[in-house]
Amino acid sequence: MTTRHTAPPGWRLERRGLEDAVLCLTGDWIARETGLRDAAAVRQVLAAAGGAMRLRFETDGLGRWDSALIAFLRALREAAAVMAPAANAGRRIELDETDLPEAARRLLALAAESGPAPPAAAPAAADPLLARTGHRATARWAEAVAALVGETVLRGAAALGGRVWTRPADVLELMREAGAGALGIVAVCNGLVGGILAFVGAVQLRRFGAEIFVADLVGIAMAREMAAMMTAIVMAGRTGGAYAAQIATMQGNEEIDALKAFGIPVFDYLVLPRILALVAMMPLLYLYACAVGLLGGLVVGMATLDLTAAAYLQETQKAVAGRQFLIGLAKSVAFGALVALAGCHIGLAAGRSAAEVGRAATGAVVAGIIGVIALDAVFAVCANALGI
Amino acid sequence: MAGERTGDDRLRGRGLTLAFGPRIVQSDLEFSVRTGSIFAVMGGSGCGKSTVLRAMVGLLRPAAGTVLVDGEDYWAAAEARRAEIGRRFGVLFQNGALWSSMTVAENVALPLAMLTRLDAGSIEALARLKLSLVGLGAAGGRMPSELSGGMRKRAGLARALALDPDILFLDEPSAGLDPIASKRLDDLILELRDGLGATIVMVSHELPSLFAVCDDGVFLDAEARTAIAHGAPRSLRDRCDHPTVRAFMARARPEYAREGPDGRR
Repeated sequence: MTTRHTAPPGWRLERRGLEDAVLCLTGDWIARETGLRDAAAVRQVLAAAGGAMRLRFETDGLGRWDSALIAFLRALREAAAVMAPAANAGRRIELDETDLPEAARRLLALAAESGPAPPAAAPAAADPLLARTGHRATARWAEAVAALVGETVLRGAAALGGRVWTRPADVLELMREAGAGALGIVAVCNGLVGGILAFVGAVQLRRFGAEIFVADLVGIAMAREMAAMMTAIVMAGRTGGAYAAQIATMQGNEEIDALKAFGIPVFDYLVLPRILALVAMMPLLYLYACAVGLLGGLVVGMATLDLTAAAYLQETQKAVAGRQFLIGLAKSVAFGALVALAGCHIGLAAGRSAAEVGRAATGAVVAGIIGVIALDAVFAVCANALGI
Repeated sequence: MAGERTGDDRLRGRGLTLAFGPRIVQSDLEFSVRTGSIFAVMGGSGCGKSTVLRAMVGLLRPAAGTVLVDGEDYWAAAEARRAEIGRRFGVLFQNGALWSSMTVAENVALPLAMLTRLDAGSIEALARLKLSLVGLGAAGGRMPSELSGGMRKRAGLARALALDPDILFLDEPSAGLDPIASKRLDDLILELRDGLGATIVMVSHELPSLFAVCDDGVFLDAEARTAIAHGAPRSLRDRCDHPTVRAFMARARPEYAREGPDGRR
């Protein structure tokens, strides 16, 4: 961009007699064009000036300069100040800055006022991997989960006793946002999953001439597993992340402090309505997701296997017992509570910066999805043990 | 100098020490706030003024010492009692801290709706009254993000007034406002004190508003990490001989204050 020729920055040390050394600075010292001199250059200067009492500067050859020069001079100053006299024939070298440009002297004086930069903290000794993992797991998860579940139970009990600060209007608004607002995306995800299941089943079952059992496969898989899980994952990404981001932003804005200062309980006002909204909406979304998933399977079955709609639906009705829906409903309630709790808790634990809001949203989505899948595994093991 | 009065003290700090983990911000603070006074918590940026305010309004538990509200130990009280005492406080946060998902009028109405048994009509009327007290009668339907900085401060003030507090805490009320808006806010604070009879605790480093409104105060120092002077800002300006306080009041740098403004250059 610049049309001017940039001369590379340089220095040359001249000895003038026994006592004096002169540092001749040449070229252009522009940080963004020529970079900074590093600590090695500073050490070289001091080594070359070894034995001298005084270091003067000569700037006749100096072209343009900016912070690059100041950084170099400051490093030189600090290095000279801490240099052990023994390394310099028993004498401390003195910098004579009178020949530097006036502006550079001012900047140096300004930089010196704030004192030398503190040394970088030594990195903490690393624990063994296993210990680190354990500490993190207990600190991050075990405590958080225990605190959350405990608080939810206690405040929930208080709510039943009539001492509650949650406003019905807030809950309704959150329910509308989490429920009706999610219909589209839940339909897309579950319809596609139902169709995919039907495709997978069709390929295998056709080999046995058992095409009609695609309806059983899709029906049971959707009602028992996929509808609840897919919906929960969608809600973790959509609503859990939004809760975390909202609450983290309120945290950064001192809005949470304002609530506390009024004595409005944050849990009742912010967390409980969100849990209630998701717990109320998830079972409904689950039933809707089942229906859409079955429809997806039906479309694929009719298109690829030449099944009639009546036969497909009849087979589905035969295959899917009420029990499967009960398991799915129970899961959807648990998933809803988990996603809302994770979002709110991570939001409340966030710090006060824009980066923290992003981190909270990401954390809530990740925790929600992993939590949902892990909880689903627990359900599967329990259902297997109970034989249902 | 502080600490002997007891009769008409609304608020007292006793041996108040504030810390974030191992980092002590302020220690052994002693001060008392007379009923009906406008009390300034002064000091340079970063000396812990806002932190002291947070301890007074119950947002940060002190590492040692306590705050007495009308003689009652606030931090020794049970949580429910603290919330009850806290309902007599109104707090204006540094950036207003308005609840951003609600309109200005809803911001003022929420504490009334949550903490009183008033019906919707009276709540709305009260919210409108508080907004017109701070000159925002027409802005009730607007969202906080649509307000200018000065309006946001005033809306925060209206919200702080929602429950007719006995003690009003203002964190940097005039920081970031232009001189006219800042003067208007100062006048408003004086009028509110006289009109509502509230005691006001104000954190500030804006000299003009300190001199204009405050009649008592405490000066915190970042290096000493404690209070280095007590008294009204005006009398500190005229009489205090602590170099840091004098430099602050004269808007000079501490090292120059002793030898005059051009001591070195």
